[in-house]
Amino acid sequence: MTKYGLLTALVLLLVTAGTAAASEQHPTLAELEKEVICPTCHTTLELSTSPIADRLRSYIRARIAAGDTKSEIKSKLVDQFGESVLAAPPKRGFNLLAWLLPFGGLAIAGAALAVLARRWSRAREEPASADPSGNGRGPLDPELERRVDEELARFDA
Amino acid sequence: MARRVKIGLQAAAVLVVGLLVALLAWQVIRTDKGRALASKVASGQKPQAPVFNLDRLDGNGKVSLTSLRGKVVVLNFWASWCLPCKDEAPELEAAWKRWRDEGVLVVGIDIDDLNTDARRFVERYELSYLTLHDKDKWTWGRYGLRGLPETWFVDRRGRLVGEHVEGPVTAEELDQSIRVALRAA
Repeated sequence: MTKYGLLTALVLLLVTAGTAAASEQHPTLAELEKEVICPTCHTTLELSTSPIADRLRSYIRARIAAGDTKSEIKSKLVDQFGESVLAAPPKRGFNLLAWLLPFGGLAIAGAALAVLARRWSRAREEPASADPSGNGRGPLDPELERRVDEELARFDA
Repeated sequence: MARRVKIGLQAAAVLVVGLLVALLAWQVIRTDKGRALASKVASGQKPQAPVFNLDRLDGNGKVSLTSLRGKVVVLNFWASWCLPCKDEAPELEAAWKRWRDEGVLVVGIDIDDLNTDARRFVERYELSYLTLHDKDKWTWGRYGLRGLPETWFVDRRGRLVGEHVEGPVTAEELDQSIRVALRAA
């Protein structure tokens, strides 16, 4: 099972890496339309019909035809419009924070959930050991317990 | 220990929310400040023009507004894909030729545009005045721009004067505000 799992993961990794490399070397307009923002309407190009979005599509088409890689095209766009033209910030410098924060948030949320879950399970265990009466109102008064025993004995007789 | 963790997490959450609110407030204040310039100019005040340092469209270095102090500057924000910008371009060129001997500069600031398209625009309309490219839209919020084109007038002391024009500027509007800027003490 472990062997098959490892093999599947390896195959998946190779396929993903191969696709990413192909996309980098031979990008399509459709891919880049999802990764580039229209500077006047602030949506991705695929959702925009503004004049500048049309110009950007023409520009990308021309760059693809000229043989540019995806990184080269994005870099040329950043030179002209700044980094805000990219739908996802580059993974460096201050922008790295945008990539790391979600994972940090997930880790903190996970840790908080673990602490809470541990506390809840402890809270459910503790009453059972501390309260032998099981009625949630603490142990019986010895005098009351003696009288209950007497009544039960009389009832049985 | 658990209590300390809880307090720490709560403090971190409050800090993150606080930072996000501060960021939003900063953005709103900055935009409002830019928008307030138009009403200040309309009410006769002469607020200082927000300074900038932008690349020349022809690639020959940068130009800052501060370096143009002592001249009257007509600041025109445009883009090659903007239809009204095509209408006003010949008017701006004509105004530049009409007023340049009086110490007036026309500066076109190209925003949200491809460099190649912008250069082609300059060639097509035979624009000889200075054109700059604002790739990061640095001036957009500081001047409170609402769209393209827009035109502002800066006097010799770097203050905004005259009539701020949203939409294509006419020859009459150019002449009138340039005169105001030249007269401004």
